[in-house]
Amino acid sequence: MSAQVRVVSGGLSTTVQDLGRTGRYAIGMPPSGAMDQYSFRVANLLVGNPEGAAALEATYIGPSLEFTDDRLVAVTGGDAAVTLNGEPIPMWSSAQVRSGDVLSFGMITSGARPYIAVSGGIAVPEYLGSRSTYTLIGLGGHEGRTLADGDVLPLGDGVTGEAGAVVPDELVPQFPSDIEVRAVVGLCSYRLTPAALESFLSTPWRITKDADRVGYRLRGGTLDFVEREQPFGAGSDPANVVDLGYPLGSIQVPGGDEPIVLLGDAVTGGGYVTIATVISVDRDLFGQAKTGDTIRFRDVGIDEALAARADRNRRLDRIRSALA
Amino acid sequence: MSQPVQLPPARYEHGGDEFIFVEIAEEMSMEANIKATLITQELESRQMSGLVDICPSNASYLVRFDPDVIPPADLMALLKDLEGRFQEVPEGFTLQTRVVDVPVLYNDPWTHEAMMRFRDRHQDPESTDLEYGARTNGFDSVEAFIEHLAGNPWIVTMLGFVPGLPFCYQLEPRERQVQVPKYVRPRTFTPERAFGIGGAFSVVYPVQGAGGYQLYGMSATPVLNVRQDHPDFAHSIVFPRAGDILRYRSVDRTEFDDTRREVEAGTFRYRQHDVEFSPAAFLDDPQGVNDRLLEVLYR
Repeated sequence: MSAQVRVVSGGLSTTVQDLGRTGRYAIGMPPSGAMDQYSFRVANLLVGNPEGAAALEATYIGPSLEFTDDRLVAVTGGDAAVTLNGEPIPMWSSAQVRSGDVLSFGMITSGARPYIAVSGGIAVPEYLGSRSTYTLIGLGGHEGRTLADGDVLPLGDGVTGEAGAVVPDELVPQFPSDIEVRAVVGLCSYRLTPAALESFLSTPWRITKDADRVGYRLRGGTLDFVEREQPFGAGSDPANVVDLGYPLGSIQVPGGDEPIVLLGDAVTGGGYVTIATVISVDRDLFGQAKTGDTIRFRDVGIDEALAARADRNRRLDRIRSALA
Repeated sequence: MSQPVQLPPARYEHGGDEFIFVEIAEEMSMEANIKATLITQELESRQMSGLVDICPSNASYLVRFDPDVIPPADLMALLKDLEGRFQEVPEGFTLQTRVVDVPVLYNDPWTHEAMMRFRDRHQDPESTDLEYGARTNGFDSVEAFIEHLAGNPWIVTMLGFVPGLPFCYQLEPRERQVQVPKYVRPRTFTPERAFGIGGAFSVVYPVQGAGGYQLYGMSATPVLNVRQDHPDFAHSIVFPRAGDILRYRSVDRTEFDDTRREVEAGTFRYRQHDVEFSPAAFLDDPQGVNDRLLEVLYR
């Protein structure tokens, strides 16, 4: 019998993810993949996997997992009390598990999404080149859905490695509940009045309970649109534009009072005004943001976005060499 | 021959560090869509490494790229250069495409129920979506409105929102095009295969989910087939392609139910025919071209 992990309890919303199903946006397929890609990559590095190996993404309440052979596991991302057979084990480090061992989670204390990597990776079949789950359509991952009690997940060939690998403290991200997110303003931001754009950037937006892998809805202010005669085909509401592609991380403002930040399982296009795009590095912050947290947007240019990207790449390089 | 509509220069925007959004025009037109098609086809043919996604949209297009491979400034310069090469539709430009019959039960019970659950998000909570669309577009009755939607075919100008969803623009002269707003706030529920309109575009929702378009009916046939176990989906999980010409034919409940049974049994095949579509010929004689398209489809 090939190796597997048994899902004793699925947790609140746990899915199989990898780095995403990229390259199919043109048919409307969002990339899916890990919401916090930094934590995800680090989890795989800790157990000696390729960074894109499939792992588990939990939300708020993690799963309980029973192993059937010897493996390395690592948990990164949102802080939760992780136990192995009831004994606490540290996050951001690798641990040895044996057949019959059970990994469990307590309530999350900061962040929103723990990542669980197992050496060898979760070996569900690929769908269109990726193992990521896209629950909206029910494809990829484990039967296209979140994990349920009693599920059994196949594992890839175990990679041999040493337990006890640890990520240096300064490379472990913090997940505060008041977050500054960098965004490039543009797309259709000309539809907002200058005062509304100013207000968008100065408002502390609160994350509503409508916050999932598709997108996060925010509340906290009202944004006025520039009056105009609507262009043909857009629809008569001032928040309507002729339907266009939505960049991943873009912020749309239907009605002007409910910004929606589009994330990994996002819709790929539509006809609501989009006003800015969260830079790729800071999409990870949404992966660890939760209902009730506050978000402030800071307008940055493309150069600052690229600098943030380079900085993140350097941090990952340091972890790669520390764990090599 | 009608004079090509001159379009203002495209607008270029960074969508963060990984996307560039190019708006050909703020308003929809056949010309804007063709320009987006021509530029994205050219970009596609170059097979550049670092280009992740090329997505033509109704009157714009979107590109996702890896800025570690292609510097954003270089890509921006290339896109602007391409725009310069496609100022006009090339002489004799045609689309090799398909005309397809899509059976729709208009004013069906399922979209009606979904619509009634979200009246608080609608411009006119006192009307149904069909009544509102008929009234604001100057039709005497819901029936006349449906007859118009089901009459002339629609051309697919964009795929997106969710996998397989075709945005369609009706092959009608501008003055006969219908328009409706999207919901004030998107619904959180739309039934699978719901047929609806927002702005000047009709769609079929591939799966149950969120949505902001006015709801008018239900397609008997799928546009998405994840398992690819229907014959029409052998080559792709999505049926519609950009440039397809779809006729949303009004069917009665009996034909709808019969078609559903065929779909469930995996024996359904779309009625379809390959055609060559000339945008210039259409702009010159819309009804003549439509009549020929429908004749080819149903002969």
